[in-house]
Amino acid sequence: MHAYLSIKEVTKRYANHLALDRVSIEIPQNKIFGLLGPNGAGKTSLIRIINQITAPDSGEILLKGQTLHADHVTKIGYLPEERGLYKKMKVGEQAIYLARLKGMSKSEAQKKLKIWFEKFDILNWWDRKVEELSKGMQQKIQFVVTVLHQPELLIFDEPFSGFDPINVNLLKAEILKLRDQGATIIFSTHNMASVEELCDQIALINQGEKVLEGEVNALKEANRNYTYSCEFYHPVSNWQTELEKLPVELLGSDFISNKLKLHLKTDPTLNSNELLRMMLPLGELTSFQELLPSMNDIFIQKVGKTAKSASDE
Amino acid sequence: MTFLGPLLMAALMIVPIVLATMQNIGEKNIAVLDETNWFIGKFEQDDNMQFHYVFDAVDSLKKQVLQEKYDLLVYIPRPELNIPVNAEIYSDRQIPLNVSSYIKNTMRKEVETKKLLASGIDPDVIKSAKTTINLVTIRLDEDGGETKSFTEINVALGLFGSILIYFFIFIFGSQVMRGIIEEKTSRIVEVIISSVKPFELMMGKITGIALVGLTQFLLWVVLTGSIYGVFMLIYGVAEAPQVLTTESAMTSPAESMLPEMNNEALTEIIEVVDAINFPVIIGSFIFYFLGGYLLYAALFAAIGSAVDNEADTQQFMLPVSIPLILGLVVSNFIVNNPEGSLAFWLSIIPFTSPVVMMVRIPFGVAYGELALSMALLVCGFLFTTWIAAKIYRTGILMYGKKPGYKELWKWLRY
Repeated sequence: MHAYLSIKEVTKRYANHLALDRVSIEIPQNKIFGLLGPNGAGKTSLIRIINQITAPDSGEILLKGQTLHADHVTKIGYLPEERGLYKKMKVGEQAIYLARLKGMSKSEAQKKLKIWFEKFDILNWWDRKVEELSKGMQQKIQFVVTVLHQPELLIFDEPFSGFDPINVNLLKAEILKLRDQGATIIFSTHNMASVEELCDQIALINQGEKVLEGEVNALKEANRNYTYSCEFYHPVSNWQTELEKLPVELLGSDFISNKLKLHLKTDPTLNSNELLRMMLPLGELTSFQELLPSMNDIFIQKVGKTAKSASDE
Repeated sequence: MTFLGPLLMAALMIVPIVLATMQNIGEKNIAVLDETNWFIGKFEQDDNMQFHYVFDAVDSLKKQVLQEKYDLLVYIPRPELNIPVNAEIYSDRQIPLNVSSYIKNTMRKEVETKKLLASGIDPDVIKSAKTTINLVTIRLDEDGGETKSFTEINVALGLFGSILIYFFIFIFGSQVMRGIIEEKTSRIVEVIISSVKPFELMMGKITGIALVGLTQFLLWVVLTGSIYGVFMLIYGVAEAPQVLTTESAMTSPAESMLPEMNNEALTEIIEVVDAINFPVIIGSFIFYFLGGYLLYAALFAAIGSAVDNEADTQQFMLPVSIPLILGLVVSNFIVNNPEGSLAFWLSIIPFTSPVVMMVRIPFGVAYGELALSMALLVCGFLFTTWIAAKIYRTGILMYGKKPGYKELWKWLRY
């Protein structure tokens, strides 16, 4: 797969700490790429380097094979985590100004803004001052301004903060649509549920280092821990003693009226078919499922491990 | 503020003139009871004062004052010695200062004349002995030319220019600072610097506000000038056509209150005004105006970028304002000795030169010195801009911590 953006050995050091330590990430074209990590991991530093707001101390970034260049800013749309608008300026005026900074002509910006404002139901706010708007409204305007010039690369840093669930869904739909139209999207968030929902690939950064990178599904597979959930209808009365004979570890059980739910862990040598066969005598099996770790689990597992090893040192 | 400013400025110049002419307090009926007979007929009538010489008992005259027959009563009692030096004024209300001083002066002159005559001196001799010295200072040029100079005008021009520069730097410099704090606190700054370089944003802010400032300033000058001009035209024609001058704003109020000038003095002033090197003064005013602004605006920008709100600017504002204030304070001494070494050094150092050099220029400054000062000012603002750009770049993305000087020093080296 051809990488749209290649981050190569990027290092950034601030006075007393290393924000990024030889981080290399390949971001494929036309995908939603999740940039994950705990607070202070270096995500924002990396994003600022991609936006050429700051320069790396060493390493380089290639956009479609070219070293980052001042002209590339018009190809990038960036929605920072810390974002705002000029409070005393009118909404429409300001949106046009910001669009023109990205190289659009005034008439083009005006035309496209009307379309977007209509879509987000904020057209009648055009001549209002920003300070009269609610926070959610302002966020909508910022989103529109970010995507207006149809950038090839979109960078969203915590895009959903400050939105109500209805608008979060609206935004998610728009982000997916933008990808389908060909944009490459970098998506930075703490919200793992939205990562699973949206991202095709992720990279996990912790303490300035990349600790994990790959496709979401592959990562889940790779991090499987051989746990299963099984449900029985009318289980045999001695299911507990039967279970003890099997090479499984019981993580939890739940027996309500005639239904038994089991949460099991096996070892890697036992494949699921064999396990299934072993389970059949225990009762009428109604459900059998392997539990893959959620991105949340992977995040906590990876970050927690390094945090622990760091504190052990 | 754009339109209110000129109104206020014009009011500042017009109100004193109006007040001065408002001393016309209406006619006063004054009864004079002179028991000495020295001053009969000596008080002269004018528009304001009507003198009636009366011979009546003091008490009945006091009653007449209360009955409004007279506005006031001047009572000059017979002196115990032979020279009358005491007088009393009675009135049922506050006595205007100009009336009482007129009476006092007239009496004094009369007594003095009588004393002179008594000792055998003709008062006309004294009068003719009074002399006005007409001192003209003339500067000699190296190439043998001579120019008349008029120190008062030079002082006024110099101080006016330097005060103007001082205010311009402070007003618009802090506007730059506030603009940057606003961009920072509204969090729009990161959106913008993903499109333009931080340096471009900072310089854009500085030049933008400079242009706003110049426009506003020109508007002020033009509007103030025209409001004042129109006022003088209407008011001046009605009140005092002979003192009507639409000269530059600073000299007018004082000048128009002067009594009529004789032709000699007038031609002399014209000569002096001609001798002022306006191209140099105006040219260097604009240069120091802009140079000083650019130098300080960069520093103000750096301060704005380093803090989160205006309250935190205090600790950095002080060292930035001190050279400016110093320049202004020292200007008042420099006008007395524009060639001194204090004047020289302060007009060379870029941080004080915009304010101090303006004071010196009307007195004439060697071109070499001027060039050195200007070159250093250019270096100065390039230097502060370079420093400011480094602090700004880091500062605008720093939130929630109040940096000290140590922190700023670190940012400089990023």
